[in-house]
Amino acid sequence: MNIVVLSGKGGTGKTLVSTNLVKYMKANYIDADVEEPNGFIFLKPAIKEKIDVKVKVPFIDKDKCKKCFKCTEFCRFNALAKTSDKVLIFDKLCHSCGGCKIVCKFDAIEYVDKKVGIIEKGHSEGFKCSRGLLNIGEPMAVPVIKELLSNLGGELNIIDSSPGTSCNVVNILEHADAAILVTEPTNFGLHDLDRAVKLVKKFNMPFAVVVNRVTEKYNIITKYCSRNKIEVLGQIDYDKDIAIMYSRGELIINKEKYLNIFKALSSKIKEKWL
Amino acid sequence: MKIFISAESKEKDSLMDPRFGRCQIFSVYDTETKEIISMDNPGYTSGGGAGIQASNFLIDQKADVLITGHLGPNAREVLKNSTIKTYTSSPKNINEILKDYLENKLVETTN
Repeated sequence: MNIVVLSGKGGTGKTLVSTNLVKYMKANYIDADVEEPNGFIFLKPAIKEKIDVKVKVPFIDKDKCKKCFKCTEFCRFNALAKTSDKVLIFDKLCHSCGGCKIVCKFDAIEYVDKKVGIIEKGHSEGFKCSRGLLNIGEPMAVPVIKELLSNLGGELNIIDSSPGTSCNVVNILEHADAAILVTEPTNFGLHDLDRAVKLVKKFNMPFAVVVNRVTEKYNIITKYCSRNKIEVLGQIDYDKDIAIMYSRGELIINKEKYLNIFKALSSKIKEKWL
Repeated sequence: MKIFISAESKEKDSLMDPRFGRCQIFSVYDTETKEIISMDNPGYTSGGGAGIQASNFLIDQKADVLITGHLGPNAREVLKNSTIKTYTSSPKNINEILKDYLENKLVETTN
């Protein structure tokens, strides 16, 4: 059972919800926000294993290349460029499709490994933790996400997603059985929640909303949810104590009053999805 | 000699577009015919690598000179490996820019 925690808008509390939920439910934690994974700050796992994530990129044998530029014409990602006297490779744009190697009539193109990130695996108190880390400067996170989510076990896995509704999130959702959408009662929070809802609906999976930074019980998010018949799983107060604990890298379930929020969230999740 | 200027539109008095890869139009002045024609930039609709695609287009079109506002690192890398000379201008009317170029008032982009 894989539950994805996503949001639409960034900075609404995906990591807050996923890390505390993982700890409370003794689920496995997977940080798939590979461009800026920060869940380990709170769960502090002992890392036991590091695995390189590699992609294939073209390498051109200059002696064999006859400058026909069939490969540069073919590459729809513009990862290969034509110049006056050679083919230039922009490997950050390459999607490793293999097309250039196929169209090359002179067998001048080989595919070589390029490291784009790593997967770290470890465990905290009684549950497994893993995360993907994209190398700084690498624009494409999808290979790291795919590798990270490729061999998840059958137990309860909570996946901390990246924000937005981009290919990163789409790839994460492909591995999900249910989704928790975390947002905040602001216009931005609502706007991006709506986008995330539209995306999740395309996957035809059950989902529900958690509202964070709540100052009024009836707010623009709860109104949106009741209008659209979306269940609100829980609401977390806009509370300075949470900000203080979070900034120290502490889990908020260590405090009684927040523990109760996650107790309630957990029992609703079990009742609905498990 | 063919001089390419990144332009905002096909109009004869269009402003230069300071972007190279993502400009919609190239205004092309031919020093032999003394005519200006406009061409669509394939990079304008590119999903990614617009600067590279636009640079390749210029190479295919046998451009001699490019005048634009800013060249990104990828476009710069491709054009550095070509015979095209690049010049930078502030975004003005393309006719004024052409005049500046023909009077040697523009500075060549250094890599």
